[in-house]
Amino acid sequence: MKLGEWQMPSNAPAALNEPLAIEAPLAIEARGLVKRFDGFTAVDGVDLTVPQGSIYGILGPNGAGKTTTLRMLLGIIDPDSGIRRVLGHDRPHEVAHAIGYLPEERGLYPSMKAYEAIAFLGALRGLPLKEGRARGKALLEEHGLGYAIDRTIRQLSKGMAQQVQLLGTLVHNPRLVVFDEPFSGLDALNQGKLEKTIRSLAAKGTTVIFSTHVIAHAERLCDEVAIIAGGKVPFAGPVDVARDRIRPQVRLETRKADGPWRAALPADARHEGQFWLFSLPDSGIEPLLRALIEGEAGILSLSIERAGLHDAFVAIAGEAAARALEENPEEPS
Amino acid sequence: MDLPNRPTGRLSILAAAYVVARRDFVAILFSRSFLFFLIGPLFLALVTGVAGGIGMKVQESAQQPLLGVAMSQHDTRLMLRAQQTLTEQLGPNMPELVVVKQLAPGETIDPAATLKNSKANLAAIVTGTPQHPVLTGSAERISSWQGRVGLLAAQALGKSPVIYPEVELAGVATATRADQTRSRAGTAQIGQGLLFMLTMLLAGMVLSNLVEEKGNKIIEVLAAAIPMDAVFLGKLFAMLAVSMVGISVWAMAGSTVWLTTGHSLGEYPAPAVGWPMFFALGVVYFSMGYLLLGSVFLAIGSLASTVREVQTLSMPVTMLQLLNFFFASFATAQPGSLIEKAAMIMPFSSPFTMLARAAQDGALWPHLLAIAWQLVCVSVLIRLGAALFRKRVMQSGPQRSKRRRFWQRSAAPAASASA
Repeated sequence: MKLGEWQMPSNAPAALNEPLAIEAPLAIEARGLVKRFDGFTAVDGVDLTVPQGSIYGILGPNGAGKTTTLRMLLGIIDPDSGIRRVLGHDRPHEVAHAIGYLPEERGLYPSMKAYEAIAFLGALRGLPLKEGRARGKALLEEHGLGYAIDRTIRQLSKGMAQQVQLLGTLVHNPRLVVFDEPFSGLDALNQGKLEKTIRSLAAKGTTVIFSTHVIAHAERLCDEVAIIAGGKVPFAGPVDVARDRIRPQVRLETRKADGPWRAALPADARHEGQFWLFSLPDSGIEPLLRALIEGEAGILSLSIERAGLHDAFVAIAGEAAARALEENPEEPS
Repeated sequence: MDLPNRPTGRLSILAAAYVVARRDFVAILFSRSFLFFLIGPLFLALVTGVAGGIGMKVQESAQQPLLGVAMSQHDTRLMLRAQQTLTEQLGPNMPELVVVKQLAPGETIDPAATLKNSKANLAAIVTGTPQHPVLTGSAERISSWQGRVGLLAAQALGKSPVIYPEVELAGVATATRADQTRSRAGTAQIGQGLLFMLTMLLAGMVLSNLVEEKGNKIIEVLAAAIPMDAVFLGKLFAMLAVSMVGISVWAMAGSTVWLTTGHSLGEYPAPAVGWPMFFALGVVYFSMGYLLLGSVFLAIGSLASTVREVQTLSMPVTMLQLLNFFFASFATAQPGSLIEKAAMIMPFSSPFTMLARAAQDGALWPHLLAIAWQLVCVSVLIRLGAALFRKRVMQSGPQRSKRRRFWQRSAAPAASASA
């Protein structure tokens, strides 16, 4: 499939010293991030621009470099090279009070009470402990976990403990929330709840960035995505643009099987059953329609189907990365 | 979920360290491990007491070596009376005398055979007469008892004073210089030993705490929110605070027992700097020693992910610290020497050496210098430890297999080509 002629990617890598063309205020801006571990390049020149107030997905198979990228953006580890700017600061810890982070490998102190755990996570972000305790209790009540306020984390189920940690991530009302594989380990009900939470955060203007290896979550939630594979980001931009990297597929059904109008079909047109299937030509659908009408093909149905994010992922990241995405090995990246 | 205002600024390093320290302090203080930490010395005292008691029992049950006497009836009587008199003067230094045989005139005895065949706990036999006593026994024993048997024979012959003058005792309140030097050396050694035991115990605890934290996966949450330096500092100082609580409890309990059993600090010669200053310096040097070792142990903790790894990694450091302690002890025995100066300067031996010096030398200025130097070392070591901690503690994910690395490399060109 030829993609280059369709639409230029919006994230053409920029030289490190070139200023980025910023149209909207950015929550995160990263350029040329590189991280190596023991000679292995985990992240290799990643560029990202996350608009404020957006829901941004980092999509890739396990081991692609998602977690390492997020850790660099949060200042947990420093990049070997490249620049990062988070909420306008080069050093992410400078704005730690405005960031919430839910790591993939969740953990709380087992002996802490649920509301204390939330307050502690808030205190780490600068929320006074007294205020954090009050908010912790209120949040637990609000989320139907009021009965667990005085229970220790050890006494909670894994799912409940995850919810407590999520509330702790949000207790200080952050401007930017970073989730690393937030849906892993959650049942369908809790995945739905989390999607709702993410949408409500974005609706209030909070920027949400999350990593996932599940395309459906990214497709349902994200305004923009970065597709990451082998430590590189071959695409970053709006989900629609990613989809548009693949030409829409045209499905045509005609009464007549043959005629002079056949010459107007694109070269990649193939006949499957009663349908002609082909990519939408560069010139659009109108010239083809004209040829079909003038050639009296007898159009029974014609639909233009936009590509899904999965197809876009396959096209952008390659079959190998797509297979790895579907294999879903439980291994942190 | 509508939350009110958000924090307006980031936490300073100290404020962030305080958040971590407060959590750790409370968590440790109310944990079972702290209870064991508190009663640890009790177990030590119990074991020491039981071992001592058993030792005493063993010693009591072991028969005292006896000196046999095989002389004529008259000479035997003289020897027994002499032994009684001398025991009153010399106490247990005189061997207990038992009659093996009272010889009839002209009768002889083979002392070697008697010794061999005797069922009593005979160590040697004195035969002959008080004028010409013959001592038979192992070479070591007869050499040890030779003088005492001579004294016994002399007393039996009446050649020693018949009445020993009574010696009036005039004790002095202050120890002589020789006594003082010896006792202060003892105080120095006890101080060093306590300091070593405490620092090792607590540095080990901070290490276990960190490994537990890595196991809980909370470390990533901490690392994302606050600088690693703050995590490092918080953990170090939390354990220091915990140890201060522990030491206070021990000190109170110990002094209560000590005082209620009729003892007082006055029984010991005051350290050269005086007790209050000695205790104050003890606290400072303990803190310095702990912070130095704790930094190393925390850095080790960042490299380890399991208790087994911790044990493997910390073993060489523990051994080195033990050597360091021996070095400090050795240096203490050579005041004013180059070795002592070296031990004062070397960061890890400095606290031990300086505490010992406080017991033996009253000058305070070397302590000011040493504390300043140790502070520099502590801050450098904390920085280095925190840097290593930061570098290693958040290494991403498990080690990848070669196969996986190959996939990673091959996937990238494929992705580029597709795009």
